[in-house]
Amino acid sequence: MLEVKSLTTTYEGLVAISDVSLSVAAREIVAVVGANGAGKSTLLKTLAGMERPASGRILFEGEDIAGSPTHRVNMLGIALVPEGRRLFPRLSVRDNLRLGSYLHRRKSDREAPLDTVFKLFPRLAERLDQRAETLSGGEQQMLAIGRALMTRPRLLMLDEPSQGIMPKLVDEILDSVRTIREAGTTVLIVEQRLAETLEIADRAYVLQTGRVVMSGPAKEIAGNEDVRRAYLGI
Amino acid sequence: MATAFEIRRRNQLIIAAVVVAIMIALPLGIKDVYVQNILVLTVMYAALSQSWNILSGYCGQISLGHALYFGIGAYASTLLFVKFGVIPWFGMAAGGIIAAAIALIVGWPCFRLGGHYFTIATIVLAEIGLILFLNWDYSGAASGLQIPVSGDSWLTFTFLRSKLPYYYFALGLAAVVWLVTFFIEDSKWGYYWRAVRENTIAAQSLGVQVFRSKMAAAAVSAFFTAVGGSFYAQFVSYIDPDSVMVFQFSLLMALPAVLGGIGTLWGPALGAAVLIPLTELTRSYMGGGGKGIDLIFYGAVIMIIALARPEGLLSLVSRTRHAPP
Repeated sequence: MLEVKSLTTTYEGLVAISDVSLSVAAREIVAVVGANGAGKSTLLKTLAGMERPASGRILFEGEDIAGSPTHRVNMLGIALVPEGRRLFPRLSVRDNLRLGSYLHRRKSDREAPLDTVFKLFPRLAERLDQRAETLSGGEQQMLAIGRALMTRPRLLMLDEPSQGIMPKLVDEILDSVRTIREAGTTVLIVEQRLAETLEIADRAYVLQTGRVVMSGPAKEIAGNEDVRRAYLGI
Repeated sequence: MATAFEIRRRNQLIIAAVVVAIMIALPLGIKDVYVQNILVLTVMYAALSQSWNILSGYCGQISLGHALYFGIGAYASTLLFVKFGVIPWFGMAAGGIIAAAIALIVGWPCFRLGGHYFTIATIVLAEIGLILFLNWDYSGAASGLQIPVSGDSWLTFTFLRSKLPYYYFALGLAAVVWLVTFFIEDSKWGYYWRAVRENTIAAQSLGVQVFRSKMAAAAVSAFFTAVGGSFYAQFVSYIDPDSVMVFQFSLLMALPAVLGGIGTLWGPALGAAVLIPLTELTRSYMGGGGKGIDLIFYGAVIMIIALARPEGLLSLVSRTRHAPP
């Protein structure tokens, strides 16, 4: 579904990711793990069209989308849940969700994903008229994911969904990622939390200072001593 | 989506209809020209502030240079009328379109500026407009233009005996801008504008074309501001750069919305209803004598409202919950 070939993105002259190649097959959950500053967010932003790559190719279902503007990438079926959630704080939960749906022209297309979102996160249905800023951290993350699902993506990209969330809710959110995949959406997830993420992922890539240093089935990566030493500092 | 939402929207329309009905009846018993004048200005600023609110409230691009569009509207219709005999109704439309076009030209570089830099650019551009008109001989330069008033006529939109026709036009304009805002609020553009205001990066991640959204908001906002400018020119029947393009107008368009509730449907109207009569009354009853007590009082009222209700007067009755249950 997604094929990234030797992607390099520079950030004001500094190389943020360098020669990154990875692939995501349909209905897979693929994790990109790595320490802070490894270039995980830059990778997702480049894939979403929010950063222009210096070189390399991004093939989404065969079409090269490297350097395409975000709205085009969105239209093709890729949605990003940005780091730090980035909600519209003073808008209601309903309006936040609605903003995800305007990619579609027909009203029925816009409202269809709502049921899925409410089934996934029943708390959102209870808080429709509340401002987004009044939600708890976990609920805000649910809203951010729900909002991205309103675009009916085929590939959902999550940037650090566990950031700033109490542990109990982290599990709940990661469980929801599984449910999303079961419903047919492919997932690319970037995380610092190694153990929990590798538990739900099929395959993983390890990113270190902008380069892919290791890749393979999530179970193998989870069991690898080097990785654990590098990330957990053991 | 949910029906509660639709009911709330319908209620807004009912409230608007009631308010307009009251406003239609309000001046009928009033013969005092001074009071009529205050009513006209109040309704006019409600319309202007609502227009300003589209760009600055909904889309979050704070402009303190809307006097530029106001002046363009005033000059466009007046020049067309005085020099070519074009009736002001067409002049208004022309002024609106010219202002919208200028907003787009100005927006091209300015919307690449973020936050405060954008606001400063709007102030500077309005000042440039002011200087240009002060020196443009064709438009009468600093001495301005006089609109010939021959008698009461809807065709040339001039009235000598009563201010009521002006009042009803301004009320109509305010109602139209309110309706436009009402429909935009629940449309794709309305959502995009608020998204741009709240969080540009999040908006972008959802496929919102940020630059285009800002340009659209600026054009709509400038159009109605210029129509208000054309109206004002007809109302006062004499314009010069200092009376239609000075910074004071930019401020008077922003203040009602800010006081009433920025980025809300009713904020500008509510703010104008409080602020404009207050401005006029303090000026007549406390002004004069050169002591400036009226301005001190006026400033104090604005400060009290801003401190007590930072989100505007409308938050006194707003239904949105601000705290978790």
